Amino acid sequence: MSRIASRFEELRSAGRKGFIPFVSAGDPDLETSFRIVLALADLGADIIELGVPFSDPMADGPTIQASSMRALANGVRLEDVIELSRQIRESSEVPIVLFSYLNPLYQYGLERLAHDAAGSGIDGILVTDAVDEEAAEIGAIFRSNGLDLISLIAPTTSDERLAKIAANANGFLYAVSRAGVTGARSETSSAAEELVRRARAVTDLPVAVGFGISTSGQIEEVWEYADAAVVGSAIVAEIERAISLGNVPERVRAFVGSLLPAVANTGTEN
Amino acid sequence: MSRYEPDERGYWGEFGGRFVPETLVAPLDELTENYLALRDDAEFSREFLYYLRDFAGRPTPLYLAERLTEKLGGARIFLKREDLTHTGAHKINNAIGQILLARRMGKTRIIAETGAGQHGVATATVCARFGLECVIYMGTEDIRRQELNVFRMRMLGAEVHGVDSGSRTLKDAINESLRDWVTNVRDTYYLLGSALGPHPYPLMVRDFQSVIGREAREQFLEREGSLPDALVACVGGGSNAIGLFHAFLEDDVRMIGVEAGGSGDKLGMHAARFAAGGHVGILQGTKSYVLQDAAGQVAATHSISAGLDYASIGPEHAYLRAIGRVEYASATDDEALAAFTELSSTEGIIPALETAHGIAHAIKLAPKLSPEAAMIVNLSGRGDKDLMSVAEYENGRAEQ
Repeated sequence: MSRIASRFEELRSAGRKGFIPFVSAGDPDLETSFRIVLALADLGADIIELGVPFSDPMADGPTIQASSMRALANGVRLEDVIELSRQIRESSEVPIVLFSYLNPLYQYGLERLAHDAAGSGIDGILVTDAVDEEAAEIGAIFRSNGLDLISLIAPTTSDERLAKIAANANGFLYAVSRAGVTGARSETSSAAEELVRRARAVTDLPVAVGFGISTSGQIEEVWEYADAAVVGSAIVAEIERAISLGNVPERVRAFVGSLLPAVANTGTEN
Repeated sequence: MSRYEPDERGYWGEFGGRFVPETLVAPLDELTENYLALRDDAEFSREFLYYLRDFAGRPTPLYLAERLTEKLGGARIFLKREDLTHTGAHKINNAIGQILLARRMGKTRIIAETGAGQHGVATATVCARFGLECVIYMGTEDIRRQELNVFRMRMLGAEVHGVDSGSRTLKDAINESLRDWVTNVRDTYYLLGSALGPHPYPLMVRDFQSVIGREAREQFLEREGSLPDALVACVGGGSNAIGLFHAFLEDDVRMIGVEAGGSGDKLGMHAARFAAGGHVGILQGTKSYVLQDAAGQVAATHSISAGLDYASIGPEHAYLRAIGRVEYASATDDEALAAFTELSSTEGIIPALETAHGIAHAIKLAPKLSPEAAMIVNLSGRGDKDLMSVAEYENGRAEQ
């Protein structure tokens, strides 16, 4: 069983819900990303999403765009993200999912990527802009290397597509909470709950909800109906703030710690 | 089926397709379904042709540039006068086609990207005509160099949003339009302005622009009783070029697309995807040639013309090049500028800086062909918008 599947299995049997933080790899630099990820794992993150920086992040809002640009300004490339993952894996068993646009992966070579990623302890890859047949081809390459293809589902996804996507997906489904780009919003939409309900009808895969989740209240709300909550822009924004103040990993740890008041006692709550 | 038609997933050979976040799949499906249904709808065609004729002023003339021809002493040069359409560029053809589609789909809010501002002006124009809300995204660098068009769009009632990310040009305006669309999919229609982006845009824009070549072919046949020897058009995303070429693809006619050679061969100094080192990649929903570094990060581009200043090229062009049907060349900033001046003073026609790249190539090519030969250059747009840029550039050069 893959690291991702067993993590969800553990959560399920403990009656807990998952927490999936996202950070852009190499923002502000690779060493700091390494320390942030270990701090997140230590706080109880169930899966780490590592963003692969890209010059044209069309599905991202301003916060993650800026963080991508900071990483690119440091010359961070896909091979650095794979190496970062290898270092994380040496110190932690936390599952790692890369979150990337297709072009950097395509230029690296999909077969080579799947081989190198699996060998470096990466567990899954989410390709933001691959759907349908293209996603199926990528999924086949990933699977033959023991990697999960993590797929997005959206409120605009029809039931028919949901079933198709789920059939090609592994690990978990990533439900986009609303039509839109990444970025913190003050409330989650009812569309997310409806989407998760529709996904449950066609698959047994765990469902995580992301896009716009930035407060503990929102996390708890998502935990009521989904298997995990993804928090991205709120953490990335904290990294951005911390850059000028110094001690980035410590500040991020404190921030995420405050986001997760319920982590310690979810076992009894659910 | 003709080998010039894409397959049902929008691929011409290995180029094209649909590379978008899941949220956009449903609206693209909706768009594809609606467009394909209307493509063969006689009533829709009638409506489209009506607005092309009575609103945009088609057909545009096919004009023999006699003095330029004489001066160059080679092939006769004909100009397809898209600059004479309402709003001054070929962009209006596609804007009319898509606004009629958007209306049929019941969309109430229109968004568009623009580089040189011609597509933005065309979109703002049709939105004003049909009373639809209009939001235009434009890179702040382009806003600076195409200020006149920004005034025009605002006068027409459009909201113009400056885009400050990336290189602040066309590519970034497209990213921002896609972000808007993904956020407002239900009521918003994305009126994309060139033959690029995810399927069905490259096909749809090509179809709406192919009126250029259909007219030119008929006009030339009527006048000369034969077909021209060559066609020349500038290529940014590639809509004016594919618009001219499409009707001639099955004919024995040479075709040349002209990219922006910018100020040098180094990555970042030009927008010559074919001529100077682009390779196959995925950008903004489609697979085509992309100027990028080895890690797959999209490169900065440079061209004196905002409309050609783009890191990728429409997928149908990538295919036509791969099968050897169309040749691609490039013209530098300086060559385009010289052509801009040459056509203005020789023919009394001030071309857009984009168009001037095509003229520059025609000036190189004509003397190599016999006086019996004839070529058609797509005069895709008028140059009023560029006079300030040209003056600025000339001043900068004078100071060096």
